[in-house]
Amino acid sequence: MKMIQAIIRPEKLDDVKHALEEKGYIALTVIDVKGRGEQKGITLQYRGKKVEVDLLPKVKIEVVMKDDEVESAIATIRASARTGKIGDGKIFVLPVEMMARVRTDEVWT
Amino acid sequence: MVLDSGDTAWILAATALVMLMTPGVGFFYGGMVRRKNVISMIALSFIAFALVSIQWVLFGYSLSFGPDISGLIGGLGLAGLIGVGQDPSGTSTIPALAFMMYQLVFATVTLAILTSVFAERVKISAFLVFGLLWTTLVYDPLAHWVWGGGWLAGLGALDFAGGTVVHISAGFSALAIALVIGKRRGFGVHTMEPANIPMALLGAALLWFGWFGFNAGSALAANGLAANAFVVTNTAAAAGALAWMAASWYHGRPASLGVVSGAVAGLVAITPAAGYVTPLAAIIIGAVAGIFCYMMMLLRIQKGLDESLDAWSIHGMGGVWGALAVGIFASATVNSYTGLLSGNVAQFTAQIVAVVVSVGYAFVVSYVLARVVDATIGLRVTENEEYVGLDISQHGERTQG
Repeated sequence: MKMIQAIIRPEKLDDVKHALEEKGYIALTVIDVKGRGEQKGITLQYRGKKVEVDLLPKVKIEVVMKDDEVESAIATIRASARTGKIGDGKIFVLPVEMMARVRTDEVWT
Repeated sequence: MVLDSGDTAWILAATALVMLMTPGVGFFYGGMVRRKNVISMIALSFIAFALVSIQWVLFGYSLSFGPDISGLIGGLGLAGLIGVGQDPSGTSTIPALAFMMYQLVFATVTLAILTSVFAERVKISAFLVFGLLWTTLVYDPLAHWVWGGGWLAGLGALDFAGGTVVHISAGFSALAIALVIGKRRGFGVHTMEPANIPMALLGAALLWFGWFGFNAGSALAANGLAANAFVVTNTAAAAGALAWMAASWYHGRPASLGVVSGAVAGLVAITPAAGYVTPLAAIIIGAVAGIFCYMMMLLRIQKGLDESLDAWSIHGMGGVWGALAVGIFASATVNSYTGLLSGNVAQFTAQIVAVVVSVGYAFVVSYVLARVVDATIGLRVTENEEYVGLDISQHGERTQG
């Protein structure tokens, strides 16, 4: 089993969610995060006073899947989250040792 | 006539009450859009207020209430408020300046109501241009026709506080603009969750509160008629709130946004009728408005029309119902006019004419204006700006750091 952690633009969340759902990945966890990559941040202004914002709001999606599904899931996320501009995000793939359901005693390894 | 200090005091206070309705609309709408557009939505109302305030002083008031030209429009005789003084004019008992200012806050809130259709996608520069054109070419002529000595009032149509001029015009203009500006990206596909419902409820509270100035102030005097308008306004709002709540309960749960939307529907419907109907008639007018506007909202959603915050279904259709309701329920015990229930068919016919004319005029002119602005400077922000949200893309601000 693998866990995909995808950090994407918040405004793309609906598109990614929808695309993953069409591929059959219904279960996922979404976390509001802040971060920065090679993107330097943006400048906002409040009453004319400039404020540098170098940690930008992003969304992290976590999905757990079988090893052989990872490639197609990454392709799906890329296709639905990409704008082609800096700040589109990153995808990390982590090994998962075990998954256990809380409601029952089921366990997957 | 002689200046009456009681009347003047009440109209000055009522003006301030109505002023609060414009930011009230902003908070009401602002709470219902997504988090990334809350500032933009509230700002549109403030911008509408500032923009129309200046336009009204420079020439808007004169176009609406200046010397009549063939019943169609006011002349520029009062432009820049030259000749609008501290003394009452004509049969009025309040300073001409107080009357001007009272009318100003009506013009501003009308443009604010219209911002419903621009939600989450309008370019701020386009809104400024469109807003100026719209208030000049749609609001000012309609205000003249109904209140400024124009031809519509000559037909005998009754509109106590602005059912046609304010609500029908804003509502049906919003419908026309919706056809031009198009849906928000993701409308009908993604869920669009309201950012802050308590704020929308507070906005609705400001509207309900301000509406006492809107309707009771329209008596233009501190008298019994103002008291009648005050009572029926509250009664219709309450009936509308309960009716919409009941109708939406039937389909699911009695959502708080439904309760206040029903109140607004009741307030809209009683607006043209406030000086002509009894409190018992107000219960019927408000309750019908609550259910009717709720059904119109469902119809809009079913048609896939993104008139985003329901200016059309609540203000437009509520305004139509209210204008017709005057022709049905007007009672001689309140004012010197009667309606269908007293056997006066002519009044009802006059109301239908007023509705058809204001719906048609607002819809057609707004559609053309929207097309022109869209073809020249473009009404919408870019796709990217829309994704990021108007708070950051249009204003360079965000709700929370």
